[in-house]
Amino acid sequence: MNPFTKLDGLVAPLDRANVDTDAIIPKQFLKSIKRSGFGPNAFDEWRYLDHGEPGMDNSKRKINPDFVLNQSRYQGASILLTRENFGCGSSREHAPWALEDFGFKVIIASSFADIFFNNCFKNGMLPIVLSAEIVDTLFNQVTAVEGYKINVDLSAQTVTTPSGEVYKFEVDAFRRHCLLNGLDDIGLTMQQQDKIKVFEAKHKQAQPWLFA
Amino acid sequence: MAKTLYDKLFDSHVVHEENGTALIYIDRHLVHEVTSPQAFEGLRLAGRKPWRISSIVATADHNTPTNGWDKGLAGIADPVARLQIETLSDNIREFGAKAYFPFMDARQGIVHVVGPEQGATLPGMTVVCGDSHTSTHGAFGALAHGIGTSEVEHVMATQCLVQKKSKTMQILVDGELGNGVTAKDVALAIIGKTGTAGGNGYAIEFAGSAIRSLSMEGRMTLCNMAIEAGARAGMIAVDDTTIDYVKGRPFSPKAEQWDAAVTYWRTLHSDAGAEFDAVVTLNAEDIQPQVTWGTSPEMVVAIDGRVPSLDLAKNEVQRGDWERAYAYMGLTPNTPISEINIDKVFIGSCTNSRIEDLRAAAAVAKGKHIAPNIKLALVVPGSGLVKAQAEQEGLDKIFIEAGFEWREPGCSMCLAMNADRLEPGERCASTSNRNFEGRQGQGGRTHLVSPEMAAAAAVAGHFVDVRQFV
Repeated sequence: MNPFTKLDGLVAPLDRANVDTDAIIPKQFLKSIKRSGFGPNAFDEWRYLDHGEPGMDNSKRKINPDFVLNQSRYQGASILLTRENFGCGSSREHAPWALEDFGFKVIIASSFADIFFNNCFKNGMLPIVLSAEIVDTLFNQVTAVEGYKINVDLSAQTVTTPSGEVYKFEVDAFRRHCLLNGLDDIGLTMQQQDKIKVFEAKHKQAQPWLFA
Repeated sequence: MAKTLYDKLFDSHVVHEENGTALIYIDRHLVHEVTSPQAFEGLRLAGRKPWRISSIVATADHNTPTNGWDKGLAGIADPVARLQIETLSDNIREFGAKAYFPFMDARQGIVHVVGPEQGATLPGMTVVCGDSHTSTHGAFGALAHGIGTSEVEHVMATQCLVQKKSKTMQILVDGELGNGVTAKDVALAIIGKTGTAGGNGYAIEFAGSAIRSLSMEGRMTLCNMAIEAGARAGMIAVDDTTIDYVKGRPFSPKAEQWDAAVTYWRTLHSDAGAEFDAVVTLNAEDIQPQVTWGTSPEMVVAIDGRVPSLDLAKNEVQRGDWERAYAYMGLTPNTPISEINIDKVFIGSCTNSRIEDLRAAAAVAKGKHIAPNIKLALVVPGSGLVKAQAEQEGLDKIFIEAGFEWREPGCSMCLAMNADRLEPGERCASTSNRNFEGRQGQGGRTHLVSPEMAAAAAVAGHFVDVRQFV
């Protein structure tokens, strides 16, 4: 996994609450057995006017000019600003894969769905929770100012706006450590394999039916 | 100290804990074709093997067709879907599993129907699956939740999951549910009250006399939709209903271990005086049959209600959501729910495809016929065994005579990964769990209901109160 430390990035606003993972990456694209290549189909049903299927040449499809991420001012955005309960619904990790492949490294919202939130960290992405008031402020600023960029510093746990406002955010210490160092969870857990074996032996003795 | 059921389940699986982050041991790993190929590939690339093959139970469900089985794998018209189903078989062949029910096996079906039906889900277990509806298995007094594909790989490689303990929420439903009011209506009424984000960060325990009176099928329906309330895990204490259901299933403990298992399982309830971080209460008598009107499960009203008007929205963000939902759903505020006509009906999904669901729907459809405006009414059993049981009881004939199509098991039109889907603008009464935009097909309009309500809507051609219908 690539480490995440700091990011100076263009912000794109997606002004909706409860954006679900079906919207982030529709089901027909989940048939892929690969982990990459989902970016062109991120938000497929909102982004294009025609129906998308795997294997289509997306450059030839009809773009929905009203969808915010299609606006020229947000091209190249790496920070997605959105509303509460982002990523609700299905556990599909294809959702963060699609967002990451699209170019987003940071997502800012007033809350996230638990599984999606967790999945982001496994892919070198940082979901940031800020209060609804701060999110409102950022929405106002990003829509008012073209080329609106913010600075995200994971080490300092801060978001800094162009006008110099600094917002602190919370992040779990373990997840922060893994993200800053690009650590692979499996490798870390394998360091505990003796403990896993000891636990497993005791567990088997207490509840042998679980091991039948 | 008095412990909650969640505390007991979590604490008894902690392998290691450091600064509030725990490594918990996983007893059962359910695997399906959509969220596993990248995990198996990860193992292969790193030269890793599954830690404990006997924990893995696998089946194909999301992509599988519900008709044309006479042609076998060749009957799967979509080559991308076929490859994914074949890839699961290849991976299980290479890495192994305790049990695998491949496409068209007599025991194949929706992973959350198959697990419990096989006794592969047991009280006290930690259960994971790369599917958010894994919360279903909490009905057995198990700690069960969905995980992403990276975690699927992690569990395969290490038998553990990195977890922070959730907060706990108790949802108390006391009283007696009225006739025609089901576990599905309880689930939707709860989500209507808490919102789809209400359970974020929580593990929910459902309790109270109305919950205790539910069958295991009903409890699974309820826990299944904990994720729609935002909670990864939902659970219900073990009682006689649980133990009676588990007894005698293929993977349940056998004679010599059964008594020891039951003795342990009887401890799986929240202790008197255990404290929850949040408590939500509902009166069972107040719950009516529910119908969702919008594009989130929290956009729900009782059958005698109307599409809500904007002045009822709690804030600007919700106003925006509702305006988009009206437009997407093709509905105007204040429309009575009973005046909404439908085009299709779907009875199935990991929420409502078990034998009890099919019996309830068949009881409503018996001797009647679907309305002329219904283009398609699908009944998709949750598993091959549910299908066989239903056929033994003659439910298939009741459905077919009433104009329904009787299909092969799978996830089907719940998420429309296979050929079963809504066309743009089509409106569906569905027993599934999500009414998101495009969920059942691009432009499709989903209304979530119970199996009884879906069958009644099929016959009437529009939503109707099943209590006045029967």
